[in-house]
Amino acid sequence: MERRATFRTPLLPWLLVLPQLLIIFVFFYWPTGEAFVWAFTLEQPWGGGRAWVGWQNFAEIFSSVHYWHSVRISIVYALGTSLLAIGSALLLALFVDREVKGSRHWRIALIWPYAIAAPAIGMIFRFVFDPRAGVFSMLNQMMPGLWDPSLNGTHAMLMLILAGAWQLVAYNFVFFLAGLQSIPRGLTEAAAMDGAGPLRRMRDIQVPLLAPTFFFLLVINLTDSFTNSFGLVHIMTDGGPARSTDLMVFKIYADGFKGLDYSGAAAQSIILMLLVVLLTFVQFRFVERKMHYR
Amino acid sequence: MVERRPLLDIFTHLLLLLSALALLLPVWLAFVAATQDLAGVSRIPINWLPGPHLWENLQEAWTRGGFATRFTTSLIVAVGVTLGKIVLAMLAAFAIVFFQWRARMLVFWAIFLTLMLPLEVRIVPTYAVAANALRPFQAILDATGLTALVQMLTGIEISLEWRMLNTPAGLILPLIATATGTFLYRQFFLTIPEELVEAAKMDGAGPLRFLRDVLVPLSRTTMAALATILFVYAWNQYLWPLLVTTEPERATVMVQLSRMVPRGDALPQWNIVMAGVLLAMLPPLAIVVLMQRWFVRGLVQTEK
Repeated sequence: MERRATFRTPLLPWLLVLPQLLIIFVFFYWPTGEAFVWAFTLEQPWGGGRAWVGWQNFAEIFSSVHYWHSVRISIVYALGTSLLAIGSALLLALFVDREVKGSRHWRIALIWPYAIAAPAIGMIFRFVFDPRAGVFSMLNQMMPGLWDPSLNGTHAMLMLILAGAWQLVAYNFVFFLAGLQSIPRGLTEAAAMDGAGPLRRMRDIQVPLLAPTFFFLLVINLTDSFTNSFGLVHIMTDGGPARSTDLMVFKIYADGFKGLDYSGAAAQSIILMLLVVLLTFVQFRFVERKMHYR
Repeated sequence: MVERRPLLDIFTHLLLLLSALALLLPVWLAFVAATQDLAGVSRIPINWLPGPHLWENLQEAWTRGGFATRFTTSLIVAVGVTLGKIVLAMLAAFAIVFFQWRARMLVFWAIFLTLMLPLEVRIVPTYAVAANALRPFQAILDATGLTALVQMLTGIEISLEWRMLNTPAGLILPLIATATGTFLYRQFFLTIPEELVEAAKMDGAGPLRFLRDVLVPLSRTTMAALATILFVYAWNQYLWPLLVTTEPERATVMVQLSRMVPRGDALPQWNIVMAGVLLAMLPPLAIVVLMQRWFVRGLVQTEK
């Protein structure tokens, strides 16, 4: 980013970045730092003493059965959502890219779910999967107890994963399509000349060339599933039944704001932060590789 | 298309149609539910086709949810985040790309690092800051002993306080504290040929003039792309507004949605709730559908 022609006014750049620096200092760096302080201290809610306790908060978390359960189901949720969303998006993008008649319309028909907020789609899925009102009421009438996410933890998790994947499909689709359209036409045409049919070309040309996009999306999807699941959980299951959907972000919220255990919530935040940072580092390894379709 | 494959084309259309329908299905069911009366929505088996009650359900949801004020709040937040982020991002990126100053790389990394951690993972302390936005400065004054010094000299105890709970600022500012836009603008500014800068300098234009007359007009497409993404992002926020709006009156549309179903075991009035959902998801949906081109561009460029 070196440039020869630049302005050399000493004060002005500071004035220009000052608003942004102020905001990220107050709302990013300070809270992040405070999370670390809280994680190693025990603080009374809203003032009072704050005693240094070392690793005690972490020790408590790591010895908690509920926390490990939360980590486990978060991983299940993240993997389930990401793989389902990436798989279906890849399939759709491959076929939309075939530029059949009206593929522009197909594109818009597949992108709009991105606009739907987590609480909205959560509420919709909760209605659709409501054992007493939605599609499943009929099944339940024939076979009572066949489907009930408010009692059965597996059902609740399944419902959550479906909703999460539904939300991510559109995003992944946009990236896969962008990736596909950056593949030089010559490659496809050469392969066609050599007698490779469309399916063969998908398998041997398009999918391998999409590998960087795939890894990029995998990391983004995993990060998103770990950090962004709060809206769905809060609306659809509220962590239940019996903690079966008590995902990590939701647990931070529940422990911190409902249980008023700030230090425990801060320590959990630190662990989640480390996880996200780890995923981000993995992503940076692929950053330069995906630059080719800029 | 490279070759003609009528059979595969039919299969393609069929697959896409089925997937589009599968994606649409939940929303269709929600729409159908919003057009029924209470008896219709709880009928077994369910209705697959719309009924005649859409308008009255929408009206009922609108008044019951107090959506008039909620929509105003959400609109203020969405527009505030969009404008705020665009302006801040452009100014910061301008300073980073077009000026030669010593702290440049340091500032760049300080801003860039914020891309790493989403708001959700530092939610608890951020809430404490929103309860008093001047808390960091107070803590610094306390720690450096300035508070004690001033109190000793003047007898006045410094206690800085700016409560942001239930205010638009509290809803907007923490959502602005990331680098998405800055990074996008930086990428765009780096593509601007140096000759433009030289020409502007030659013509005697100062940096601000250059920003106003060259960069702003050139970055219109970047701005439009970013704006669509940010508007949808801000409108759809849930966790942060839920925490910051402790008074129900100040809630955003999304937060209000969660309050439309009764807690506990009572069966919600799904027809009214679904009408509320339709209302809440309409603005971002309109943006994505109407501004599809900008939206896709913004999505691919910002990488969220």
